[in-house]
Amino acid sequence: MSFMKSLAELNAIREKAKSTMTVRDDNTELKRIVVGMATCGIAAGARPVLNAFVDEVARRKLDGVRVSQTGCIGMCQYEPIVEVFIPGEEKVTYVKMTADKVAKVVNDHIVNGNIVEEYTIGAIAK
Amino acid sequence: MRELSLNILDIAQNSISAGASLIEIKLVEERAAGDLLIGIYDNGKGMSQEQVESITDPFFTTRTTRKVGMGIPLFKMAAEQTGGSFEIKSKPGEGTGVTTHFKTGSIDFTPLGDIRSTVVTLITMNTDRDFRFSHRIDDKEFCLDTRELREALGDVPLDNPEVVVWMNEYFKEQTELLLQ
Repeated sequence: MSFMKSLAELNAIREKAKSTMTVRDDNTELKRIVVGMATCGIAAGARPVLNAFVDEVARRKLDGVRVSQTGCIGMCQYEPIVEVFIPGEEKVTYVKMTADKVAKVVNDHIVNGNIVEEYTIGAIAK
Repeated sequence: MRELSLNILDIAQNSISAGASLIEIKLVEERAAGDLLIGIYDNGKGMSQEQVESITDPFFTTRTTRKVGMGIPLFKMAAEQTGGSFEIKSKPGEGTGVTTHFKTGSIDFTPLGDIRSTVVTLITMNTDRDFRFSHRIDDKEFCLDTRELREALGDVPLDNPEVVVWMNEYFKEQTELLLQ
């Protein structure tokens, strides 16, 4: 039988985290990625999109980025919809998102500051 | 919805909106009887009798942004189209519970799908709430309770990347054991 996960491992994570915990001083400086997770978004495939963002942000160890969810954004036909908020910049709305598009949005927009125009609502809703 | 796990995610969002601090998701599969019970129970603000009566009407919603609410009607339809049943009970100030039975042998049975993804998403996106997930198949059962995880984790948040990896692995292992 393979090695089984146990709650004891969480204690180890706790010990390790004690030494690496950093204090984030100001929430307003966070970049935010918000995924619409109402019935419309979920039915259109928002869950894998949300998970892909969480994974990508964790993989790149992006400290000042927060992935969260919201309800119905109000344009159900364009779901899954993702809004990106970067302090001091205008909100960017990505529509008809898929998990495959996530790495590009994180790399180009979140990390390097270049909006992925072809995924935005401006490019798709003509 | 292509998976029942997506309906579950959707219904649990109602519990979050209702301000629940504890949400329980329960799956019970009786394989010989071909029955799957899916229950979602919360301690949120609950609903009035009138609201409970209109909840399965797609043109009833408590939202103010628009006039349709599809979550509950879709879930009810998914259960009833298999020959199963749907029941909702609620009390203002106490909480709401949804209990559904699915006939798994029905041609109209929607597969459960990626329930792990649903549960881990709920936990990591709502670290201010507690979740208790249990999955029983015949006489085997496994349970994931965020209250137990918190006890082991202390100040480490449930959305810590290493904790998320642990939850996913734990879930996979326990599900494999259930299916053995």
